[in-house]
Amino acid sequence: MIHKYTLNGFNIVIDVNSGGIHIVDNVTYELLDYVAPPLADMLPENIAAKLSVRYSQKELKEAYAEILELAQEGVLFSEDDYEKFADMMVSAPIKSLCLHVAHDCNLRCKYCFASTGDFGHGRKLLDEATGKKAIDFLLEHSQGRRNLELDFFGGEPLMNMDVVKSVVSYARSKEKEYNKNFRFTITTNGVLLNDEITEYINSEMSNIVLSIDGRPEVNDRMRPAVNGKGSYEVILPKFKSLVQKRGEGQYYVRGTFTKYNLDFADDVIHLYEQGFDQISVEPVVTDPAKDYALTEQDLPKIYAEYERLAKYIIERKKNEESINFFHFMLDLDQGPCAIKRLRGCGCGNEYVAVTPDGDIYPCHQFVGMEEWKMGSVYDGSINTKMKDDFAKANVYSKRDCKDCWAKFYCSGGCNANNLQYAGDIRNSHKLACDLEKKRLECAIMIKAALA
Amino acid sequence: MKHIKTLNQANLKKSAAKGGCGECQASCQSACKTSCTVANQKCEK
Repeated sequence: MIHKYTLNGFNIVIDVNSGGIHIVDNVTYELLDYVAPPLADMLPENIAAKLSVRYSQKELKEAYAEILELAQEGVLFSEDDYEKFADMMVSAPIKSLCLHVAHDCNLRCKYCFASTGDFGHGRKLLDEATGKKAIDFLLEHSQGRRNLELDFFGGEPLMNMDVVKSVVSYARSKEKEYNKNFRFTITTNGVLLNDEITEYINSEMSNIVLSIDGRPEVNDRMRPAVNGKGSYEVILPKFKSLVQKRGEGQYYVRGTFTKYNLDFADDVIHLYEQGFDQISVEPVVTDPAKDYALTEQDLPKIYAEYERLAKYIIERKKNEESINFFHFMLDLDQGPCAIKRLRGCGCGNEYVAVTPDGDIYPCHQFVGMEEWKMGSVYDGSINTKMKDDFAKANVYSKRDCKDCWAKFYCSGGCNANNLQYAGDIRNSHKLACDLEKKRLECAIMIKAALA
Repeated sequence: MKHIKTLNQANLKKSAAKGGCGECQASCQSACKTSCTVANQKCEK
């Protein structure tokens, strides 16, 4: 399978199954409309005749010879032979945990999927004993994996900083005995950041996600404090200070865009101009009935905005400036292996969320949906039937993914979004798919422009 | 080549043969939390 498109003056051809990316001229681009495997040794005359009005025989034969050569090298029209791996996919060790240290928050973000922090089940904080149980659970269920990930999440995790520190310290104390390497991350709205906490998380967290939506008016419309006042002025200086002190350490300023700011490239640019060079601004995922929800009618504007952003990034990079937009990150040579790409995020299988009550859910987005509770760190229980089902949710068991050109980039999409907005973890959430495909096209075009 | 420029050397098929060690980051632990993007994750090998 190939996917071809033209963007920003580049004719781009993706060979889906090998991952080969080719920039082609117009004659080759048009030829590919007519060529399909099995390829003949010579350009078929009927195809040559169709294109002879615009191209010479010499051009057509040359272009065809190059197509044939790439096909023989296995980087064009390559076969899809990964399904056998998908069939072998079974439950994996649990090695990644989203720890909900606070089901409470000091902001009242209007689009919050966690019902402004409490996930619909009351405001509470994780206690130290439950945090340690979560670490024990992870150690016991991660046999065969050395790298363990733990994201401190909420609500707002800084509201429970003492427990964050206790959990980090407890996990570190077990690393040697269990031969594990813990990588901690934290996702924060920044309100409670101070010099002491900044120093701590800069030293202990391998990645820090700092929530801010962009321009002051955009951020404050959706991210007010409990008293209704905007959060921008409170958090911006704290984020700047943290990033400045962090040096080369990994971080993202991470925003959400909604129907209210379909010109979200300006928010990315605003964040960049504030001195942040690691930026993620992502589409809101919410009930389509909400007035800020993105809908299919918004797609043309969003597509244009992604293109505008891509061109902005190309210019910055040509100017040797450092800017990284999370959704345009793509390593065409050293990315994840094909096996990883078959089933994406790993939720409910190798990645789970743990609540302040010690309950286990497939991921943070399932938290609060009782029917998806899959165990408890208190008794070590885990619903293996549910886990197996998630393990088998891959691009071949998802109907819309199997024949999609983007399947090895998005790997089947977000299971939680699929469930909430398409009715089943194996049904694709079409709006999310459309956005993902556009971002990929832009990301690959950026590679072409900078090659 | 005169008509085609290939941007990358990688071939996913080779990665399948040696892949699946499971040590790489779960994508949702990076920045997204709402949108699955896997191809931007790093291989640990």
